[in-house]
Amino acid sequence: MQRERLIPEFDWNAVFVQPWSEYASNSFWIVLMGFLVSGTCGLVGCFVILRRMALVGDAISHSLLPGITLAFLLTHSRDTLPMMIGAVAAGVVTVALIEAIRYSSRIKADAAIGIVFSSLFAVGVILISVFADKVDLDAECVLYGELGFIPLQEIAYFGETEIGPEPVIRMGIIALIAIGLLVAFYKEMLVTSFDAGLAASLGISPTRYQYGLTLFLSIVIVSSFESVGVVLVIAMIIFPGATALLLTDRLSNALWISTAFSACYAVFGFHLATWLNASIAGGMTVIAGIVFGIIWMVSPGQGLIIQFRSRHSSNEEALEPINPSL
Amino acid sequence: MNSANGDSRGEPRGILGSERSHAYAMLRRRKPSAHMDLPIRSKLAFRTIGSVLALLAFSSIAHAAKIGDIADTSWSDQALEFFALEHPAIRAAALGTLLIGFCCGALGSFLVVRKLALLGDTLSHAVLPGVALGFLWNASKDPWAIFVGATGAGVMGVALVGWIQHTTRLKEDSAMGMVLAGFYGLGVSLTTMIQNMVMGNKSGLDKLFFGQAAALSSGDLWLLGIISSISIALILLFYKEFLVISFDIGFAKAVGMPVQALHYLLMALLTFAVVVSLQAVGVVLVSALLITPAAAAYLLTDRMHWVLVLAAGFGMISGILGAFISYLSNNLPTGPLIVLGSTTIFTLALIFGPKHGLLTKALRRRRQRQRIALENTLKSVFHLSESSGFTRKEFSIAALANERNQDLASTEKEVRALVAAQLARHVDSENGAEWSGQARFQLKKAGWLRACEIVRNHRLWELYLTNAAQYQSDHVHDDAEEIEHLIGEDIVQRIEERLKSPIQDPHGKLIPRRDQVTA
Repeated sequence: MQRERLIPEFDWNAVFVQPWSEYASNSFWIVLMGFLVSGTCGLVGCFVILRRMALVGDAISHSLLPGITLAFLLTHSRDTLPMMIGAVAAGVVTVALIEAIRYSSRIKADAAIGIVFSSLFAVGVILISVFADKVDLDAECVLYGELGFIPLQEIAYFGETEIGPEPVIRMGIIALIAIGLLVAFYKEMLVTSFDAGLAASLGISPTRYQYGLTLFLSIVIVSSFESVGVVLVIAMIIFPGATALLLTDRLSNALWISTAFSACYAVFGFHLATWLNASIAGGMTVIAGIVFGIIWMVSPGQGLIIQFRSRHSSNEEALEPINPSL
Repeated sequence: MNSANGDSRGEPRGILGSERSHAYAMLRRRKPSAHMDLPIRSKLAFRTIGSVLALLAFSSIAHAAKIGDIADTSWSDQALEFFALEHPAIRAAALGTLLIGFCCGALGSFLVVRKLALLGDTLSHAVLPGVALGFLWNASKDPWAIFVGATGAGVMGVALVGWIQHTTRLKEDSAMGMVLAGFYGLGVSLTTMIQNMVMGNKSGLDKLFFGQAAALSSGDLWLLGIISSISIALILLFYKEFLVISFDIGFAKAVGMPVQALHYLLMALLTFAVVVSLQAVGVVLVSALLITPAAAAYLLTDRMHWVLVLAAGFGMISGILGAFISYLSNNLPTGPLIVLGSTTIFTLALIFGPKHGLLTKALRRRRQRQRIALENTLKSVFHLSESSGFTRKEFSIAALANERNQDLASTEKEVRALVAAQLARHVDSENGAEWSGQARFQLKKAGWLRACEIVRNHRLWELYLTNAAQYQSDHVHDDAEEIEHLIGEDIVQRIEERLKSPIQDPHGKLIPRRDQVTA
């Protein structure tokens, strides 16, 4: 796979045809996994963005590292359950520490987030380095994720029938749970996200839903990080929702649109990475960035082009506003 | 997809980087000659001072240390060896981490006080594509090319955060998260592409994620030195301007400061600091160096110039500690150790800080509670005395317990506290009598004055509320109960003047006069 040029020649056949003919089943699982990850992250992400928790999500994704490392050291297995428990515990500890620093000192939320996640991440890296011979976790894998290895993973069976690589099935289950929770608690999440005061007066505890969201966010992040890496999980959480919110004012529409974007990231990210021989998660993020850029330009309601035009047309019609202080 | 990358994992990739990080390993196995006697030690100590001075002159000329026989060394010998700074690699690591700590600490202070701490995080992730492009420039780890690329990417990232915030309704955190993750994703793509190339295998780009101080080259050090000097010079030059835009941006605009230009100047300096720190600390953890020392300093002082000085100091301490521990335990990356060093300093400041520390605050609260309890007891004694028409001087604990509506045991504790505070004395203690319900006590003069003072505060405040603030006289007691412990003598006197030296409170009771209290 080694070569001299950074950007290989674009070969339509190799980039678009081969993956779906020769390696169709591999490609299918990779793209499906990419979609499940970014779709689930995107659904949760819409609420994360509305609640201005985006950087808390970033913090959680970093502090998972010590959580899963400790879980691994204690149980010596890479089973889903201990990892999940370790990760969720790490997420809860992160949020609790951030709140504790905020309330007990004059350090503001932003600095508290920065201090907590970097310290926990550092602990994680050191744990991995110290127990390097015992821990089958690779710091690089944690950073990059290895979506390309999905088809090589263990195959999950349902009874006798082969259904697919185990991580994909797991992610699918998480996605279904996310959808289920979303349907069940849509109204509560809507109210607590937009008007905590109203929610409290309706008897819906905003803090309870806040913690619920944090917990679920940790679960989603831990099930995604293996495929996209800790840093790019944040891309998958923020980009679909942020892009969708440029297009619509309604939360329900935003959820649908973000899912559509996620599918788009998965497909085009995969092909981009195939062409450039780069990390698939990286490719998905690049596509996410490009899509955001395009929507930012052309969004009918709030795009840059519209803003630019309206500024110009209003300049011709309206007088300069008079500054009362002069 | 990443199989080439995956297969070569574990093998040293960066020729330069790996050489230097293995230099640590080699060094640890050697030691100064076994019979290291006194003159050598004193010479070492002398040299330590000398090398610190030499550090400033960037003596990167290789003074190959005359290290003697090879044997396993103890912890203290290693410490000596490290701090003697004889070997160029150690010198480079120590000097590098010191400068990094200094730079990041001082510049990070502005981020922390401006509540922009996570912009540092965004910045450190956003430089990654720039680093990769800088590497591609001439396919080597030329620090200058990487520096230019990374600075460009960093400034672009910060500008993009501002732009997204201004033109969309996305909030600061989403904007930062998008720039952080988007740039990082681009960087990861570029990095994996480079590593899949032939030359990429020796790129050493992987060292940029977690950092290895031993991998600092002399070029890196020069860069660090220059950036640190520029940062110090600019901070000194524009200290007042940076101070004003950090604390009162409206005022800064009103007096006509070029706020935008100053903001971007600061961001450019920060980007420089982040870029030069990547090599030693790693992409993910640079932000901690910006935030944590500055936050620790912010807990300890209220003056910005002290925050700067302390943060730079903390940064340097954690930097050198990180480099040292990384040197002791050969396989640990430097970045996380530096971060944990600064987290430790932060935790200590959080708990033991003289002004805002948790322990200090807890102690202060406890002392306050004790004082209030004492004053409440005194007040009850005053009431007892008042109900006897100020004729009785001695009271039994049982009578006080009755007055305070509580059991004997806790009342006895309160009276013991009064005696311990030299405000009262146990009347029968001269006769060797035991403490009991019938034991009698008498207030000393100081105790009586304090009691009068509290009652005076209470009653004047009640009168003030009814007369000046039009409260109902049956609503004022609870409020006065709180304020009597907190109100100062000057406020009490002003109330007294305003109420024209009243004699009676709203309930018809006498208010102790000022001369009674101060006598």
